[in-house]
Amino acid sequence: MEAVSFWILASGLLISATALVAFRNPVTNAVCLVVALVMQAALFITLEAFFLAAVQVIVYAGAVMVLFLFVIMLLDVKEEARRKASWAKVVAVVGVGGGAVFGATKIATLFPFAEKTLHWGEGKGGGSAAELGKLLFTSYSPLFLATGVLLLVATVGVVVLCRRDPQ
Amino acid sequence: MNFGEITLSHYLALSSLLFLIGLAGVILRRSLLIIMMSLELLLNAANLALVAVGRFQGLPDPQVAVFFVITVAAAEVSLGLAILVAIFRIRKTTAADQLASLRF
Repeated sequence: MEAVSFWILASGLLISATALVAFRNPVTNAVCLVVALVMQAALFITLEAFFLAAVQVIVYAGAVMVLFLFVIMLLDVKEEARRKASWAKVVAVVGVGGGAVFGATKIATLFPFAEKTLHWGEGKGGGSAAELGKLLFTSYSPLFLATGVLLLVATVGVVVLCRRDPQ
Repeated sequence: MNFGEITLSHYLALSSLLFLIGLAGVILRRSLLIIMMSLELLLNAANLALVAVGRFQGLPDPQVAVFFVITVAAAEVSLGLAILVAIFRIRKTTAADQLASLRF
């Protein structure tokens, strides 16, 4: 069960991410990004991070995607012109990709819990909103307050950047 | 690699592949909008690795880190898109290779 859901979600995530990079039409790219983000949220559920899965759908697949679609609509972005892909680039990407996957699996074996396999229900509720809220408002409360300041600064920055000059 | 038992290395391999695809998008694509979408893929790959390590370790702390990453990513996207709109107003393009000079 865990394995089947992992392989389905992983292949879906990789396919939609590849489609995002490969396709030329900006609206198609945005749809591919939504699919990838929802797949990622489902992967969070398989890792028993339920609150993060909800946040991922609300913030990324909701708010961020609406921003992207608004900008696509506002700017009337055209399709990119095609370029010829050189074989050297393709070989380099495949080589680096193989190396990265090999390196990641090697790094994973260095962890003391590397042999542990995934079993549903072992997370002890660590990913629930209550548990994360406790952590956020106790040990991580300074960071939480700093996040509020960050969002305020970002809001002011966006308003200043998008203001038209009065003259 | 064992296909029936999912371990940490499966998630880290998936995360590194996703990071690589996003990096290819950042390097190969020229539209600033698509570059920003690929940047979201990079952040998501890092998030996936963090949550996976936390899950197999049995600690909820990495999930708090991912929560902050998502917040910062939302702020980054809004600011980045505002800069994109401001650039488009002045230069009438969002192709990265036509934005090579800093003056306008």
